[in-house]
Amino acid sequence: MFRSDSHRSVVSSAAKLLALTAACGVIVCASPVAAAEPGHFGYGTVATPEQIAGWDIDVRGGDGAGLPAGTGSVSKGESVFADQCAACHGTFGEGEGRFPKLAGGKGTLKDDRPELTVGSYWPFAPTLFDYINRAMPMPTPHTLSADDVYALTAYILNLNDIVPGDFVADKDSLPKVKMPNHDSFLWKDPRPDTAARPCMSNCANPADIKITSTAESRNLTPRTTGPLDTMQPK
Amino acid sequence: MPPNFWRSLPVVSKSAARRNPVLARRSFLGLGAALTGTFALDAARAETAEISPPADAPWSQSLGAGVVDRPYGTPAETEAGVIRRNVPWLTAGTESSISFSPLQDLNGIITPNGLFFERYHAGRPDVDPEQHRLMIHGLVERPLVLTMKDILRFPSVSRIHFIECPANGGMEWRAAQLNSLQFTHGMVSCAEWTGVKLSTLLEEVGLKKEAKWVMVEGADGAHMNRSLPLEKCLDDCLIVYAQNGEALRPEQGYPLRLVVPGWEGNVSVKWLRRIKVGDQPWFSREETSKYTDLMADGTSRGFTWLIDAKSVITFPCPEKPLSGPGLYEIRGLAWTGNGKVKAVHVSTDGGINWQVAQLHEPILSKALTRFSIPWRWDGKPALLESRVIDETGYVQPTIVDLRKQRGTNSVYHNNSIQTWQVKPDGSVFDVQIG
Repeated sequence: MFRSDSHRSVVSSAAKLLALTAACGVIVCASPVAAAEPGHFGYGTVATPEQIAGWDIDVRGGDGAGLPAGTGSVSKGESVFADQCAACHGTFGEGEGRFPKLAGGKGTLKDDRPELTVGSYWPFAPTLFDYINRAMPMPTPHTLSADDVYALTAYILNLNDIVPGDFVADKDSLPKVKMPNHDSFLWKDPRPDTAARPCMSNCANPADIKITSTAESRNLTPRTTGPLDTMQPK
Repeated sequence: MPPNFWRSLPVVSKSAARRNPVLARRSFLGLGAALTGTFALDAARAETAEISPPADAPWSQSLGAGVVDRPYGTPAETEAGVIRRNVPWLTAGTESSISFSPLQDLNGIITPNGLFFERYHAGRPDVDPEQHRLMIHGLVERPLVLTMKDILRFPSVSRIHFIECPANGGMEWRAAQLNSLQFTHGMVSCAEWTGVKLSTLLEEVGLKKEAKWVMVEGADGAHMNRSLPLEKCLDDCLIVYAQNGEALRPEQGYPLRLVVPGWEGNVSVKWLRRIKVGDQPWFSREETSKYTDLMADGTSRGFTWLIDAKSVITFPCPEKPLSGPGLYEIRGLAWTGNGKVKAVHVSTDGGINWQVAQLHEPILSKALTRFSIPWRWDGKPALLESRVIDETGYVQPTIVDLRKQRGTNSVYHNNSIQTWQVKPDGSVFDVQIG
């Protein structure tokens, strides 16, 4: 009896020790900084300046950091826009079909149907360069020269009456352009902005429960059985 | 012997078709696929009484297809209508657009990979994993270029998380518009993601002390980019290469994507190719002109990343009506970017009275959670609603509450309570009440 208990306690101590060792192992591995000397794993290759230069396309909206060398005028932008952009965005940025409108909409942000354009909504001018450069023209993105992108940026800003016709966009001029809607953004999430309480019974007067809108018979819903719907724009 | 030798014997297939009207009708179903799910089953039941008990069904009296008949499995033909769907009138084309997951036909918390909702900004790129690279640079000690093989060597983790587009429900701010669970809520999906913790990679490159923000960028034509605060990157972000056990689907970012748990889907950049560490946010187009919330007073909220708690009843719903009075199980999904779902309440009278629904395991942080509650429907009109409370105590609001705070123009982050109207004939409609 005694021996057996003693044996058990040895086993249990050993188990505890093992468990402790295992736990230490886990702590070491999972600890966020313990192993964290740069190059600890040593996988991959150190990025060369040339590699970085090829992909380092981002331009910061706030201060224009990352804007490349180059320059573009409003008038040159007009002709690049006609060639590269007008098919979707319209000659004057009015937007063809359901493609985005780039100009106008000033003063509509409180309206029932606000028009969010570069002029009425975008808070930072360098973002316009960044976006055209990275994502446009849609069928052949990131193929325009920096000069062409500067020219398009200047033209679109001019379409929105933000810069004069003789404006020339470059890495110094663009960050100085103050966008009309710049000050209307709150960059800190104020949510939660509702504070409902979980009432469980008699939470409302039945007479007050009224259907205010229904999707029935609105004819906006594509079918959800059979082949894909090809419902046309409304 | 050819793979389907026995099946291809004329006598077997003919007699099977003769005895089995379902098989005979297969070509019709396959072509039109007009009847799916419940409807297909009902139709089949009506026509196949002769194979119901006591008769033995033809598939019980014949030899089925062999292994590797379908080396990569596919759903049953009768499920052909369970697909992602889009709203063609919503966007100029399909390349910069969205599709919706068929929540009405899904059960459980995991979205099958082929049904995970899609969001593209420049179409779905076909990325060669051999050529794909992840570059990490900026305010780091040791900028790196990693191949997929390199990334697979890092310590790996698996986590189950939902991803929701913040525009899910965006068409319902003003009024009930789309009579469909798929189209009102289908821009949420949930998967098990496997990959490397972003914190592991950031430690490997070594952060400089000025580091505060991280820009992530895709390899697609949009070169989609977003800014993330470093704190979130070090907390729970994942760089993943696998989804539900297999390689990511091209639609979800093959071969590599970011998963930012609990935050709006747009920041979980797909086809991830670059991570740049900086000291300020970038204010990219996707976080200024898009994915910002326009308030009624003309001001806008930016960096509204969190997906607030939300729930929806997935049965019944407009696509899955009731078939006469009787006992039903109301089922649904709840989720929150704030952690775990704490409780879900269900009302059948438009929010006058509520009952506590049962939550089903597993209840995971920042993952879809199932709920259900039995309901005996008396055949009278009903207004079904669900309301989630998350672990912070936050209660899912009504659309009326949200409109009071934000107006109707904000597009994003509509996490309001959904109301389904049940009519005496069992049909279900998307409505709003006030």
